Amino acid sequence: MAKRIDVSGLSAYYGSTKAIEDISMSIEPRSVTAFIGPSGCGKSTFLRTLNRMHEVIPGARVEGKVLLDDENLYASSVDPVAVRRSVGMVFQRPNPFPTMSIYDNVVAGLKLAGVRKKVVLDEVVERSLKGANLWKEVHNRLNKPGAGLSGGQQQRLCIARAIAVEPQVLLMDEPCSALDPISTLAIEDLIGELKSQFTIVIVTHNMQQAARVSDRTAFFNLAGVGQPGRLIELDDTQRIFSNPSVQATEDYISGRFG
Amino acid sequence: MSAATTTVSADARPLGRALTANRLPKWAPAAVAAGSIALGCGIGAVGGLASHLQWGLISAILFVAIGYALSARVEGRRQAKDRLATSVVWVAFILAVVPLVALTFYTIQQGADVVNGYFLSHSMKGVLASGPGGGIYHALIGTLEQVGLATATAAPVGLLTAVYLVEYGRGRLAKTVTFFVDVMTGVPSIVAGLFILSLWNLALGFNYSGFSGSLALAILMMPVVVRSTEEMLKLVPNELREASYALGVPKWKTILRIVLPTAIGGITTGVMLSVARITGETAPVMMLVFGADYINSNPFDGPQQSLPMYIWQQYSVVNNDYGYARAWGAALVLIAFVMGLNLIARGIARWRSPKGGH
Amino acid sequence: MTSSPPAAPRGRVGRQRDSRVGDKIFMNLARGSGILLLVVMAAIAGFLAWRSGLALSKNDGHFLTTFEWAPDAPKPVFGIAVLAFGTIVSAIIAMAIAVPVAIGIALFISHYAPRKIAQPFAYLVDLLAAVPSIVYGLWGALFLVPHMDGLTSWLNQYLGWTYIFDQTKTGTVPRNLFTVGILLAIMILPIITAVSREVFRQVPRMHEEAALALGATRWEMIRTAVLPFGRPGIISASMLGLGRALGETIAVAVVLSSNSVLSLHILDPGGGTFAQNIALKFAEAGNNGRNALMASGLVLFVITLLVNGAARLIVARRKEYSGAAA
Repeated sequence: MAKRIDVSGLSAYYGSTKAIEDISMSIEPRSVTAFIGPSGCGKSTFLRTLNRMHEVIPGARVEGKVLLDDENLYASSVDPVAVRRSVGMVFQRPNPFPTMSIYDNVVAGLKLAGVRKKVVLDEVVERSLKGANLWKEVHNRLNKPGAGLSGGQQQRLCIARAIAVEPQVLLMDEPCSALDPISTLAIEDLIGELKSQFTIVIVTHNMQQAARVSDRTAFFNLAGVGQPGRLIELDDTQRIFSNPSVQATEDYISGRFG
Repeated sequence: MSAATTTVSADARPLGRALTANRLPKWAPAAVAAGSIALGCGIGAVGGLASHLQWGLISAILFVAIGYALSARVEGRRQAKDRLATSVVWVAFILAVVPLVALTFYTIQQGADVVNGYFLSHSMKGVLASGPGGGIYHALIGTLEQVGLATATAAPVGLLTAVYLVEYGRGRLAKTVTFFVDVMTGVPSIVAGLFILSLWNLALGFNYSGFSGSLALAILMMPVVVRSTEEMLKLVPNELREASYALGVPKWKTILRIVLPTAIGGITTGVMLSVARITGETAPVMMLVFGADYINSNPFDGPQQSLPMYIWQQYSVVNNDYGYARAWGAALVLIAFVMGLNLIARGIARWRSPKGGH
Repeated sequence: MTSSPPAAPRGRVGRQRDSRVGDKIFMNLARGSGILLLVVMAAIAGFLAWRSGLALSKNDGHFLTTFEWAPDAPKPVFGIAVLAFGTIVSAIIAMAIAVPVAIGIALFISHYAPRKIAQPFAYLVDLLAAVPSIVYGLWGALFLVPHMDGLTSWLNQYLGWTYIFDQTKTGTVPRNLFTVGILLAIMILPIITAVSREVFRQVPRMHEEAALALGATRWEMIRTAVLPFGRPGIISASMLGLGRALGETIAVAVVLSSNSVLSLHILDPGGGTFAQNIALKFAEAGNNGRNALMASGLVLFVITLLVNGAARLIVARRKEYSGAAA
C-alpha cells in the first residue's frame, strides 16, 4: 500500500512571501526519507505541502506538482480532504484530542470516515496500538483520556491514530523534538518497523537521528534571511553523511553552520 | 446515492483511496444563494406575505436546503454535511447582521429629523407633552451628573478592589471577593434599584434625587471596573515591580507610581466601557430619580431627568407620534454618546496597551 | 522614589517606618474596598429579604402559586406564578434562538469568515453589546412588533396544532412572550457571541491540524477539535446571556402587553416577567406594594445569582481542566 512521491517544480508561499522555491525530488516507497537543514529552510513547509496541510494556513498557497503514484495532489479535481486520508501526519508536539479517550483518539479518523461497527473499531485499535508499540502500556486503560499519558506515549498514540486510517504515506514533522531521549529511542525503533508498510518522510533537527533512522536524506538550505528555502541535495543517507557532493551539505553536517 | 456512478465518493468506500472526487464549482454557493433569494422573494411576493422577515426566512431555508441537496448528490454525504455547516454559519451571520443593521439604521433615520440645536438645548418645561416641540437638555444634564457621580463613587472602590485582588489578595477573602465580583456583574439593574430604594429612600428616608439613582448605577458599575482593572494589572510585568522593590521603594508607592501608571490606558478603557454601560440603564433611574420636565441641575435634591428615562416616558406616557419622535431623537443622542465612549475607549486601549501590540 | 541616596542611618530607619505605615494604610484601603463589595452584596440580599418578609406576612394569597398581583388591596393578594412563568418562557425562547445563532456567528468569526470581514465584524458585534436596552425596547415596540405580524400568523397557521403556537385571539398586536423572546435573543446575541468567539480562538492550532491531517472536512474538524474544547466556554457564555435575559427590564416592559394570565399560547398577548412587573407596578405601588415588588425582586436576584454562580464555576473548572491538558 505504500506509494512513491514525485515532486516537481514546487514552490510554496505564505501570502506574498516565498517560503520554498522550485523543489523537485523523488521519495521511494517503503523507505524512510529524512529532511535536514537549518531553521527556516522550509523543510517543514515542504513536508506540509505533501498532504496539502500547507494551505490550511490563511493566505498560504502552492505552485508545482506532487505526484502520488502518478496522481497529482494539486490537480483541480483532487479533494484535499481525501489527500490527507492517504497521507497521514504526525506533528512536532504530541496532540491527542484532549477531550477524547485513548480509544476514541485512535479511531477518530475512522469515525470521521463513517466506520461505526464496534468489532471493526476494536480490531483497528488493537492493531494500530500494537503497530505503534503502545498496546502493552495502555490496553487496560483504553477509556482513560489520551492527555493523561506521558509525552512519548502521547506521541506514539498520535502515530497510532495516524496509521489507523491506513495511509500510504506517513509524514513526521520533528516527531521527537518535544520528547526525552528514551521516548525518542522508542519512536525511532518504531519508525524502523513502520517502514515495511509505509512510505515515511521525517523532518528532523537532529542529524544523528537522520543518520540512524533514514535510508535517504535530503538537505535543505536558504541563501539568506528572507530568501526562500531550496533543496540542496538528496542522496542515500550514508553518502550524505560520509561523502556529500555539495560543499554546503558537508559544512552543515560537520557543524560549521546551522 | 445508491447509483453505481457515485463510487468515487467517500461514503461508497469509507477508506477509499481515490484522491479525486466530484466537486461543486467554486461559484456554486454564491449561485445557490442568489437563486434562493430570488425564489424566496418570488414565493413571498406571489404568496402575498406581508412581512419581509418571512421572505428572508424562506430564502434562508431554501439556501441551506438546496445547498445540502445539491452537494449530497454531487459530492457525497461528508462534503454535503460540511457545506451544510458552512451555509448554516453564513445564515447565522446574516441573521445577526439584519436586526443589528435594522436597529442602527432605523434609529438614525428616525432620530436624525428630530435632533437639532433646539432639541439639544431646551427642556420640556412648559411644553405640552402630547404636542410637538421641547427637547432633552434637562435629560442630558441629569444623565451627565448621575453618571458622573456614579463613576466618582464606583471607580475608586473598583480600582482599589482590583489592586487588592492583584497585589495583596491571598487566601479565602480574596477568593470570596473574586467570586462575588463575578456574580455581582450579573445583578439585574432593577434589583440594584430596589436595593437602593429600600436602603436609601425607605430606610434612611432620603427623597428622590439624581444621587440616589447614581448609587444604584455605582453598584452596577463597580464589578465591571474591578474585572477590567484586574485584567490590566495582571498584564503589568512582574519585573517592573521587582525592579522597584529592589530600589527600596515601598510596595504602596510601587503600586501608585509604577503599576497603576503602566496600566492606566487599559484601566481608563475599562472605566469608560463601564460608564457606557450604565449610561443606558433605565430601570433603576426610573425608580430612584423619578423624572422631571424641567432643568434641575442639583443631583442631590429633587427629581431629575435622564436620557433613558426620557425615552421611556416619551414612548409609554406620551405615547403618540410627537412622543415617539422625541424618543427617537433622544435614542439617537444616547446611542451616539455610548458608541462614542466605546470607540474612544477602544482607541485608548489600542494606543496604550501594556503589551505594546494589537 | 526619592532622589536622596541612603544617608544617615536614622533617616533610613525613619523612612522604613514611613513606608511600613504607608503600606498598611494602602493595603487596608484596598482590602476595605473588597470588603465593601461583599457588604453591598450581603446588604442587597438582606434588605430585600427584610422587605419581602414584611410583605409576605400580609399576603392572603400564596406567594408561589397566586396569579394576581394586588398587594395594595385591603386584603393583599399577590403571587409570582405568572411572573416566574413569563420570565422563564421568554428566557427559554431567547436562549433557543440566541445560543445556536451566537455559536454560528462565533464560528463565522473564528473559522469561516475571510479575515477582512472577520475583524470588523467582531468589532461591530462588540459595539452592539453596548446599545442601551431602552433603545432595543423602543426599536422592538415600534419596528419589530409590526414586523412580527406576518410571522406570528404564519406560525399560527402552520404550527398552530402544537398548542404553543396556537393564537387564540387573532388580530391582536403581537406584543406577546414570543416577540419578547426574540427581542431578548437579539439583545443577548452579542455577549454570547463575544465569549464563545474568544473560546473558539483559544483552541490550540495543533488540535485543529490533528483533525485536518486525519482527513477531516472543516465541519468535522470543528466537531472533533473545536466544539468539544469550547463546550465549557459555550455553556458559561450561555449562562451569562441567560442571566441578562432573566433580568432584562425595560425592553420587556416596552414590548409586552402584560396581564396576569398564565398561558402556554405564547403568541397571545399577556403574561409578565419579574423585572417588567417591578418597573411597571412600581410607580403606583403603595407601601405594601413596594414590599411585595421587593419580594419578587429577591426571587429574581436569587435566580440570577444561581445562574451566574454556576457559569463562574464552569469557567473555573475549565481553567483547571485545560491547564492539566496543556
